[in-house]
Amino acid sequence: MSSGHHHSHPPQEAHSNHEPDLPFWQKYIFSVDHKVIGVQYTVTALIFLLVGFCLMLLMRWQLAYPGKEIPWIAGWFSERQMLGGIMLPEFYNQLGAMHGTIMIFLGVVPLAVGGFGNYVIPLQIGAPDMAFPKLNMASYWLFLIGGVIMISSFFLPEGAAQSGWTSYPPLSVVAAGGQTTWLVGMLFLIFSSLLGSMNFIVTIVQLRADGLTFFRLPFFVWAQFVTSFLLLLAFPPLQAAAVLQFMDRVFHTSFFLPSGLVVAGKVLEVAGGGNPILWQHLFWFLAHPEVYVLILPAMGICAEVMTCNTRKPLYGYKSMIYSTIFLGFMSFVVWAHHMFLTNMGTKMSTFFQITTMIISIPSVIILTSLILSLWGGSIRFKTPMLFAIAFLPMFAIGGLTGLPLGLTAADIHLHDTYYVIGHFHYIVAPGTLFGLFAGIYHWYPKVTGRKMSEVLGKIHFLGTLIGMNCIFMPMFIMGIAGVSRRLWDPTQYAHAVPTQPLNVFISIAAWCMALGQIPFIINFFGSLIWGKKADDNPWQATTLEWATSTPPPHGNFATPPQVYRGPYEYSVPGQRTDFLPQNVKGDN
Amino acid sequence: MSALIRYISKPHPVSGVTNAKLGIWCFLASELMLFGGLFSAYIVLRGSASEWPHGSAVLNVPLATLNTLILISSSVTMVMSWASLALKNLKKFRFHLSMTILLSLAFLVIKGFEYHSKFEHHHFPSTDNFFGMYFTLTGLHAIHILGGVIVNAYLLFPGSKLYETEPEQFLGRIEAAGLYWHFVDLVWIFLFPVLYLL
Repeated sequence: MSSGHHHSHPPQEAHSNHEPDLPFWQKYIFSVDHKVIGVQYTVTALIFLLVGFCLMLLMRWQLAYPGKEIPWIAGWFSERQMLGGIMLPEFYNQLGAMHGTIMIFLGVVPLAVGGFGNYVIPLQIGAPDMAFPKLNMASYWLFLIGGVIMISSFFLPEGAAQSGWTSYPPLSVVAAGGQTTWLVGMLFLIFSSLLGSMNFIVTIVQLRADGLTFFRLPFFVWAQFVTSFLLLLAFPPLQAAAVLQFMDRVFHTSFFLPSGLVVAGKVLEVAGGGNPILWQHLFWFLAHPEVYVLILPAMGICAEVMTCNTRKPLYGYKSMIYSTIFLGFMSFVVWAHHMFLTNMGTKMSTFFQITTMIISIPSVIILTSLILSLWGGSIRFKTPMLFAIAFLPMFAIGGLTGLPLGLTAADIHLHDTYYVIGHFHYIVAPGTLFGLFAGIYHWYPKVTGRKMSEVLGKIHFLGTLIGMNCIFMPMFIMGIAGVSRRLWDPTQYAHAVPTQPLNVFISIAAWCMALGQIPFIINFFGSLIWGKKADDNPWQATTLEWATSTPPPHGNFATPPQVYRGPYEYSVPGQRTDFLPQNVKGDN
Repeated sequence: MSALIRYISKPHPVSGVTNAKLGIWCFLASELMLFGGLFSAYIVLRGSASEWPHGSAVLNVPLATLNTLILISSSVTMVMSWASLALKNLKKFRFHLSMTILLSLAFLVIKGFEYHSKFEHHHFPSTDNFFGMYFTLTGLHAIHILGGVIVNAYLLFPGSKLYETEPEQFLGRIEAAGLYWHFVDLVWIFLFPVLYLL
């Protein structure tokens, strides 16, 4: 998009791949290079993930030992957060709301889409950059501003948002000041994701290398393509909802406030006539597709990592793609299964129950294809492969435990209990995050030119796998026992007291898993210095990102690549090597 | 680097569009969902309200009709500016684009008078959900108009330098700005009957 160039030349003549002499701040800070932006997204998102995780570690103390003084670190907090070292309920609510918000909107999505999407998509499709490099930069900076606004709300006199990551009105409208900050931060994040998603769509449609047809695209690119459509079309209704809630809070409209609402013993002085359920519809219209935004990139990464490490083509490549597209469509018509308890009528419930059952079919097809891809392969158990394999049962547990929640009868009992928390964390934490970890270990050599340590990687894998299961498996038991989510002190309910030992167990597991992340942090930064040097194609993979030098130069490819075949031509009979890169003409 | 990015000014042989044109269509799809969400909210709120004022009874229909005509005219001048540029008639292009900007500013001024008289009659967003919706929808639409004015003013003055080096790319930008402008116009075509007449 920048001026002063002559694109009328054919690219072969016009390319000048030696790094332009840009000042440091243009090269690494305000860069328009998709690779730098991808790394910026990745590092920022990983930091946000750590922050969100730490908030949870704090909450786990209150859940395990309700009303007991927090040891060692109580002095770090103000009196509005902890009184005499005991966590105040308001602060607990802030931690809970911000944990969800940070993990989803500032951690996982920016890492999966902004980080991996930005870095890998242009390389995998043989493009020199994204279609709109400047918009790409704007997308990152809007994300960062939104993230800083979100986090800074903890330092406001009234604290951060405390109405859950779902921000249900009327509570969120009458709640303290942090909620407005949440809405403003959210608007920035939505703009950021809008710029990112239109950029991805245009890049994938327009900038594929010659010969790279849609059905020769790596599955990862397909997953990101569908994800981009979900972000493009599902986020605006939340933006609409956020604008309406902002109006409610700042200009005292009553879009979400019913008439005669009583707050703290007094009737609220607003016009009334609003509809709190309206927010839920608009919110879940985003937030259900958002689930697939979280999971699809991880599935894409697993397909890349698994084909490469089993030395086999992907099983059912086309059915996986059709399933992904179908999944994308269906994800727009299942949202109200989050709202079975809102009295929307049995006909509506039945409709959403049926669509929910239907949407499980493509998910199962994708998962089955990935499992069958393992069949008969000579598997290399490298760290990325371990994470990718572990993704399968973890996602399966998450998916299967979702079925009872999609059935209205079972949902009456399980709604808003710890069962729900266990269910979606299995999808996002050991599910998506495992896929993302696999991606980090897989593409790290391409980004940095050095491999990450296998020993530290395997310690990290084991610690995380055991930790995740110890944390989330007991939550199913607690949920079935009827323990509600978002409780500051679960022991105030008699039926929750027998499961309290599980809370202690979960908390200890969470703190141990935090220790288990230390090898990853050491590995991530240390491997920059002492990691083994990687060549251009350290995993002997076939897709285009391995066809360029390591790390890829400015402009990505010395000459625009020509593609001759599909993405996963491993162990092709009659070939000298067990892999046929997409850009290499075969032996015969 | 960006020298390597293809289809900035020439359409892709398969998709048939340039990058910018596909990008603006994606953006408009997203905008459609934004206003779609707000119109849905309007339907839900009105459907569940016990009473809902008749738009023409509380709002100024003649002024809004005038604004509708102004906005439609601005869409026409926007097309004319693009067509003039395609015919390489720079003088006409500048005239029509300036007219578009002036008409949009006229729209905003009239909108401002409308808001002012509402405030004078103590009609605020907090009055009831009708006025809440009125101010939210027209306010968000006015922000879109303002965005269009900024983009068009950029293309009229500093942005037009691109025409000297990359005429096709610049023509593409005018077309993209035009598509956005027609969309903003179209939103008003829906807002006008929904808020003022129904």
